[in-house]
Amino acid sequence: MATEYFNEMYHGDQVRPPYARLEDWMRAMPAEFRAMKQAEAEALFRRIGITFAVYGEGGDPDRLIPFDMFPRVFTQSEWRRLERGIKQRARALNAFLLDVYGRGEIIRAGRVPARLVYQNAAYERAVAGFTPPRGVYSHIVGIDLVRTGPDDFFVLEDNCRTPSGVSYMLENREIMMRMFPALFRENRIEPVDGYPGLLRRTLASVAPAKCEGEPVVAILTPGHFNSAYYEHSFLADLMGVELVEGADLFVEGGFVWMRTTEGPKRVDVIYRRIDDAYLDPLCFRPDSMLGVPGLMDVYRSGGVTIASAPGAGVADDKAIYTFVPEMIRFYLGEEPVLLNVPTWQCAKADDLNYVLDQLSELVVKEVHGSGGYGMLVGPRASKAQIEAFRARLVANPAGYIAQPTLALSTTPTFVNEGIAPRHVDLRPYCLVGERIELVPGGLTRVALTEGSLVVNSSQGGGVKDTWVLAE
Amino acid sequence: MILTVSHATTYRYSAPMRGAVQSLRLFPARFEGQNVLDWQVEVPSGIRGGSFRDGAGDKIEGWSLRGPITEVSVHVSGRVETQDLHGVLRGHREVVPAAAYLRTSPPTEADAALSDLAVAAGAGAQDLLDRAHRLAAAVTAAIVYRPGVTHEHTTAAEALALGEGVCQDHAHALIAAAHVLDMPARYVSGYLFSDAQGAAHEAAHAWAELWVEGLGWVGFDAANACCPDARYIRLGSGFDARDAAPIRGLALGEGLESLDVAVAVGQAQQ
Repeated sequence: MATEYFNEMYHGDQVRPPYARLEDWMRAMPAEFRAMKQAEAEALFRRIGITFAVYGEGGDPDRLIPFDMFPRVFTQSEWRRLERGIKQRARALNAFLLDVYGRGEIIRAGRVPARLVYQNAAYERAVAGFTPPRGVYSHIVGIDLVRTGPDDFFVLEDNCRTPSGVSYMLENREIMMRMFPALFRENRIEPVDGYPGLLRRTLASVAPAKCEGEPVVAILTPGHFNSAYYEHSFLADLMGVELVEGADLFVEGGFVWMRTTEGPKRVDVIYRRIDDAYLDPLCFRPDSMLGVPGLMDVYRSGGVTIASAPGAGVADDKAIYTFVPEMIRFYLGEEPVLLNVPTWQCAKADDLNYVLDQLSELVVKEVHGSGGYGMLVGPRASKAQIEAFRARLVANPAGYIAQPTLALSTTPTFVNEGIAPRHVDLRPYCLVGERIELVPGGLTRVALTEGSLVVNSSQGGGVKDTWVLAE
Repeated sequence: MILTVSHATTYRYSAPMRGAVQSLRLFPARFEGQNVLDWQVEVPSGIRGGSFRDGAGDKIEGWSLRGPITEVSVHVSGRVETQDLHGVLRGHREVVPAAAYLRTSPPTEADAALSDLAVAAGAGAQDLLDRAHRLAAAVTAAIVYRPGVTHEHTTAAEALALGEGVCQDHAHALIAAAHVLDMPARYVSGYLFSDAQGAAHEAAHAWAELWVEGLGWVGFDAANACCPDARYIRLGSGFDARDAAPIRGLALGEGLESLDVAVAVGQAQQ
């Protein structure tokens, strides 16, 4: 069973080069020492107060996400290719957003169906015709990747709105360096701690033309009850910017102002961690108290930048996903570096028939679902589960897409019995402003349950430090 | 025809409020049927915010007021030279494609009765324009104009079931019916000059526009069984009444709000 999956550390009996030094580290570690370190890691996570939240996954906000100490490693050349593919995708997604809120050339050219865009719940009519600074809509693009072979990477989904989890990328590294300083002397590992500075520069680079002097950046959070609040305050601290809630901001004279003890201070760029619908009760949901009344008028008249731009979500739903390779060809004139997973749209009769026929082999997901809920992993489901899912699928075909069950790669992971291969994915965070930047690393999520292909933390997943080796 | 508009909206609060913010869509649309001679929008003691033209071609202007306040008023006055284009929105610049107006919102969702009405009305239509006219006529016949029976949040389906309503209900029902037949449709807010012949409608008015391929957006006022002509001033559009509202505002505080609106649309002596 284990041989059908690509193991990132072992090729047969051989250790793959990036993991060579980790092999010694692993062998030299006595069980008691390991248990002590695991307890130490947990204590550190508890002390810094990082608790779980990955976008849309819900769950208990005070729960610790399990941290696995065994790092996941990429070589420099593997990473270069990933980096090229991720940046290419981030560029194409932004070009698509600029286009569909402008002339809609890709639709006129017949490459993407009009219905999928203009009737998409995430298409915001209110921002059509408005060009955000530098034409950027999605400033932080989280691209979820899986690996199936030495050179085979697939994109599972794009996150153009407010991808979360980057605090784990930073904290996992911090904790590993604190616990195993020798490892970081023996291996030349690319740093990731430049991320907050890079994020701040990216956001400052998209300040509106009306901004005078050094742009003032603020992070807008829904508040401490939000499951990702830790990440919001963590990033604000590291970036040296204010963390604000809607009530801390107001609009006047065509600008957004922050209430401070020294009086109102103008805000030029808002990195918002709240959904479009809650941003401005005058434009979106009238009952929302989380946002800032009048914000969208200021935004659309060029008084403030909102990152990601309202309406960016139209590029990242599972139905649009199918067309991203087409976007890369259409806007960039390039072939995609990273592959999409072949996807069947159950809304199409032919696709639906195929999917119903092959249910026990496929993964079926809700178009608007996330967090690993409401999904069927055919090969791992019981007959009864498959039949129950079949009924839901037939009742609402348009709500589902299906993909082949991917043979997700494994990396060694500490488990109760010792060390065992577990399936992983990867979410890097690509920053788009004046330039497109990517720190060498990301968030590796690991399915801790043996055999499980679902890495979501709400479904028993954990996280790992992700290394990119320097040359 | 030269129409004069005087429109005052006053919100009063039972207790002092901490401030207010408004988003105003109170500017006549720019197209061949309208030539704005003069036009003022004022919010006494308000601070003017940013203004811009949105993707649907509407000019929007933000305003704010510092508290404490017990009253917010919006004054609109101006003159517009209009001509009768038989409802056709000719020469109107916008970026939002017609296909975006196939989306329904809660007040424009079709139930079985609206679907039946649309299908029956559309049967036998010679072309898209004829179909649009038939849909508008069917809505006129199905919903009798009667003020006071429906309210702000009445849906198209509820108004049809009642068989009575005001211009907002006619517009919502026509949008819902058009969507059933896959015709893009949207809500338009504006003013109407009621001369002697017309029914006595409020001067602040609303109607629907349907997308007729080859012709573009065409207005249909099912409440008055006609297409907008020189008596109409078009302001802005949206998916439904709330989305196209000329005034969207919010005051911060605990006071209860009461509303007073006075609209007069007249014909200027030429």
